Amino acid sequence: MSNEFEPKVVAFVCNWCTYTGADLTGTSRIKYASNVKIIRFPCTGRIDFMLLLKAFANGSDGVIVSGCHPNDCHYTSGNFHARRRWMLFRNLLDFLGIDIRRIRFAWVSAAEGAKWAEVVNETVAQLKDLGPYTEYQKATEFLVANENELTEEMEANHA
Amino acid sequence: MRELQDTVKALFDKGEIDLFIGYEKGTRTPRPFFVHKAEDAENLIFDAACSGNLAVYLTRKDLTGGKKTGISASYYALKSIAQLFDENQLKAENLRIFGVSEEGSVQFFDSVAAIKQHLSATPPPAKPDEDELVGKINAMTASERWKFWSDELSKCFKCYACRAACPMCYCTKCIVEVNRPQWIQPWASTLSNMEWQINRVMHLAGRCSDCGSCGTACPLGIPVHLLTHKMSETVKEHFGVSETKENVLSTFKPDDKENFIH
Repeated sequence: MSNEFEPKVVAFVCNWCTYTGADLTGTSRIKYASNVKIIRFPCTGRIDFMLLLKAFANGSDGVIVSGCHPNDCHYTSGNFHARRRWMLFRNLLDFLGIDIRRIRFAWVSAAEGAKWAEVVNETVAQLKDLGPYTEYQKATEFLVANENELTEEMEANHA
Repeated sequence: MRELQDTVKALFDKGEIDLFIGYEKGTRTPRPFFVHKAEDAENLIFDAACSGNLAVYLTRKDLTGGKKTGISASYYALKSIAQLFDENQLKAENLRIFGVSEEGSVQFFDSVAAIKQHLSATPPPAKPDEDELVGKINAMTASERWKFWSDELSKCFKCYACRAACPMCYCTKCIVEVNRPQWIQPWASTLSNMEWQINRVMHLAGRCSDCGSCGTACPLGIPVHLLTHKMSETVKEHFGVSETKENVLSTFKPDDKENFIH
């Protein structure tokens, strides 16, 4: 057993390009990091930003969001809408101090099996450098994680 | 002020309105005032301290439903009204919109086009305090920013005053009130408070007039208006000022530029 930190990664991918691309990675027998859990969506346009936040809140250390290249969307414009949303969302998260290095956005087509392996491997390597996302997880359990601190604060206020 | 009072009185006398939304003197700061008859118009005031966004009342059906309504609108209220028209939330025939300036001059707008023309010709009031604070936060490292916002938002007890004060938050069922799925936990905790603000700001992206009422409304003084201010700037920076009715997030351009998707 190695003690190396193994990041948990959730990948939100579109059915038509990246999911099929990830399938190709498998059928091409390309090995890649097994840290990733892939969740299939009809389209990147369907990937609500709350899903990313929920992934972090539930203990994921990083997130991958991937779908069809621009102009390749099965529904014509889902990925264009998603792109706008991510542009604003990413800026907002950064302003709030949420670690945007932990969210990897990619375009991976159904033919890019090798690229999918690369995307996952790169993300996992970077997350290993960054370590677990305890800052965010601490906020999810604010009362539990800060119990000592809060108790001290209360005592100080009542003294 | 005289001008505004006389205008409103005349409107009531002619039977052009049943309700006028304005400000009256409050204990410390002016407060919203609803005029139902001509003689009450005497209490109307408008000055620099009338900083709320009265457009928020226009979508409240229990207040304005079926009534011919007049409103005294600041620069930001006009901006919100134009946006509400774009989102088909207002009917022009039931509305008499008066732009008021801090000097007391009154300007009648007979159409959305007139409002939009006025807005594009008038520079928005400067926001030196907000700009300075946003600059300070931008200059922090990511973990300092995280500390700042998680400290601030840990105080929030979810009264949703920020939502109530916002003219663009008119959904009859807000994301925090639906529970299938329950996206945001209803109790107050740092994370769910943060998730609420992220949702609020994302839903307001490109629609927000940047009036700052949300921050003013917060009973705990959490600077939530900085989030919407920052978002307004981000929208402007990436997508410019929109000339069409469509909202920023419901449209796209094939050549939208980003540098983080590879």
